[in-house]
Amino acid sequence: MPERHAARRPDNVIPLREDVVAPVPGPAGPAPEPADWERRLAGGLAFLRRRITGDYPVDDFGFDADLTEHVLLPPLRPLYDTWFRVETRGLDNVPDTGAALVVANHSGTLPLDALMTAIALLDHHPASRHLRMLAADLVFALPVLAPLARKGGNTLACNADAERLLSGGELVGVWPEGFKGIGKPFRERYKLQRFGRGGFVSAALRTGAPIIPCSIVGAEETYPMLGNAKTLARLLGLPYLPITPTFPLLGPLGAVPLPSKWIIEFGEPIETASLGGAAAAEDPMLVFNLTDQVRETIQSTLYTLLMQRRSVFF
Amino acid sequence: MSDRRTGTAGRPRVVLVTGVSRYLGSRLAGRLAADRSIERIIGVDTVAPRGEQRQLLGRTEFVRADIRNPLIAKVIASGDVDTVVHLNVIATPTGAGGRTAMKEINVIGTMQLLAACQKAPSMRRLVVKSTTAVYGSSPRDPALFREELAPRALPRAGYAKDAVEVEGYVRGFGRRRPDVTLSLLRFTNFIGPTIDTPLTRYLSLPVVPTVLGFDPRIQLCHEDDGLEVLRRAVVEEHPGIFNVGGTGVLLLSQALRRLGRPALPVPSPGVSLVARAFRGAGVVDFSPEQMRYLEHGRVADVTRLREAFGWCPRPTAEAFADFVASARPPMLDPEVAAAAERTILDLLTRGRVAPAPSPGVLGA
Repeated sequence: MPERHAARRPDNVIPLREDVVAPVPGPAGPAPEPADWERRLAGGLAFLRRRITGDYPVDDFGFDADLTEHVLLPPLRPLYDTWFRVETRGLDNVPDTGAALVVANHSGTLPLDALMTAIALLDHHPASRHLRMLAADLVFALPVLAPLARKGGNTLACNADAERLLSGGELVGVWPEGFKGIGKPFRERYKLQRFGRGGFVSAALRTGAPIIPCSIVGAEETYPMLGNAKTLARLLGLPYLPITPTFPLLGPLGAVPLPSKWIIEFGEPIETASLGGAAAAEDPMLVFNLTDQVRETIQSTLYTLLMQRRSVFF
Repeated sequence: MSDRRTGTAGRPRVVLVTGVSRYLGSRLAGRLAADRSIERIIGVDTVAPRGEQRQLLGRTEFVRADIRNPLIAKVIASGDVDTVVHLNVIATPTGAGGRTAMKEINVIGTMQLLAACQKAPSMRRLVVKSTTAVYGSSPRDPALFREELAPRALPRAGYAKDAVEVEGYVRGFGRRRPDVTLSLLRFTNFIGPTIDTPLTRYLSLPVVPTVLGFDPRIQLCHEDDGLEVLRRAVVEEHPGIFNVGGTGVLLLSQALRRLGRPALPVPSPGVSLVARAFRGAGVVDFSPEQMRYLEHGRVADVTRLREAFGWCPRPTAEAFADFVASARPPMLDPEVAAAAERTILDLLTRGRVAPAPSPGVLGA
C-alpha cells in the first residue's frame, strides 16, 4: 500500500509550479504532464486495442501476462489488501531471477491461498514475479475455469510441466497436499496432510531449483468446512462439496469468505542444486526425506505463526 | 537446396511418394524433382494429378496404383526403390468417399505398402507422415507433448485413431527391417495461404463456432516448412519420431481476433449438433475428436526436431500471420483499431499529447 501512495505524489506536487499554465483542468488539477487519469485512459485504450486485435503474447503454457495483470488480478486486490489484510514475511527469500519452487500448505475449500500468494509475489516482491502455479486436472476439465486458469499462468500438476517451467527459469508454486489439504474438515485446520508422492521434490532436484517452503495462515478460516456432502459431490464429479456456516444456508452469499487475518511467510530456500541432479531424483529415499523436511518446516512455521496471531480476525 | 552431407551413401536414388495427387504429395515430389542428385521420383496415387498438381510434379513419373493393392509391391521391386515417403494417410472422409473408405486407405493401405517395403531388398529409408493427433486431447495432458510421452487418453475414432494404428504398423515394420532408416513425422495442423485442411476451412467461416467456456492452445505448421521437413527427412538421414510444428502457441480466441473473425461460442452439448450440421452442409468436416481439440487443444515439443534437423519450422504466430495476410480482410483492421485508439484519446484529452502507454498503468 505505501508505495502506491508514493507513486501518486508527483501529481499532487505539480500544481505548486505556478509558472506553468495548464491548458486543461483535469481531475488531478492543472498539469502540463499528462494527468493520472489520462495515463490510465491511454493505458486502458491501448489494452483494449491489443485485446481486440489479438496483439498480445501468450507463452507455451497459455499464460497471458497482459490479461493476468490487467483483468484477472485487479478484482482480487481488494480481497488481499482490505479483506484479508495479508501480511507477507520473508519475501527476500524468493530470488529476483531464476527458477525456484514455492511449496505451500493448502486450505480453505476454494484455492484463495494460491491466488493471494500470486498477488503477494507480483505486487510486493521487488522483482514483481509471476507465480506459475501447478493445478489439479479437474481445473482444466471445467468450462470457463480451464481457459482462465491457463491464462492466469497455471498448468497441470505433472512432472513434465513442472520441470519445463523450472528449466525455463520461472517461479513455480505448488500445493502438494492437493484436494486432501484444501478439502479437509475445519477441525483438522493447520494439520498438514500427506505431501503427494514427492513429485515436486524430484522436479526441483532435476532442475536444481531451490525449494522455498511457504506457510499460509488465515486461509483455513475463510470457509470453515464443517461437513462434506460426499454423495452429492460424487454425483457432480467433484472431490468434495463443502458445508460451511454460510453455505449452502445463505445461498450465493455463502461464497463470501470470512475476513480472517492472513500471514504468508516465505521460509529459507532449501538448495537442491548440490544434491546430485537427475541421479538424486532417482533416489526415492532422498526424495522422501527432502519431502518430509519441507513438510516439517512448513508445519513448524505454521505453529509459530499461530502462536503469534492475536486472533483469527485481527 | 544444398546438402551438407559429404558421403553419397545416404542419398536416396529412387524415391517413391504415395498420395502424390494431393497437396503435400505433389509439392514434395516437385521439390525432390528439382534435386538432380535423385535419379528417379515415382509418384503413386489412385487418381491422376489434376492441372496445377501435374505442373508441380516436374520430372516425377506418375503410376496410377492403389496402395491397398499388392500391385504396389511390383512398382517398388521393379523400380528398385530405396526410399518410400508415405503421405497417403488422409485426414478427412469427404475426399476419400466416406469414413469406411478413408479407414481402408489409411490402415489397409499402410499395411499393404509396408508389406511391399518389407519384401524389397533395395529399401533403405522410410518416411511416414503422421499427426500429433495421436496424443489425443484431454484436460490431463501436459502442456507440451514430447515424442516419448504416452497419450493420457488414446484417440478412439477418426483420423487420430487411424494414425495410431498406422504408427503401430510402422513400428512393426521397423522391428522386422532394422536396416531401413525410419522417420516418423508427427505434424501439427498445417496452415498457410494455399493449403486446404479442415482447420483452414474452419477458420475461413464468416462466423466461427467455438466451444463455450474453452479456449484451446493451438500450434501450427506452415505449409512450406512442413514440406521442407519432409524433403530433409528424404534427402538427409534422421531416424526416429519427430514432432513437427512451429514453436509457440496461439489461443483460439487470439487467433480469431488476429483474423478479425467473430467467434460464436456454443455450449458443449450443442457442439456436436453444430458440427453435424456443418458436416452435412459440406462446409467443414470436423470429427468428434477434433471437437475435443477445440476444448483442450494440443501442443507438441519440437526440440528434438530442431536438434536433429538443425532447422525448425517458423513459429506458430508467424505461420498464422501468413494465413491472415491471405485471408479475407478482417472486420476490424489492426491499423484502424490503432487509429481509433489515438482519435479517442485525442478527443478525450482535448488535443494534448498522450504519453506512450506503459504496461502496468491500468493495474496500478
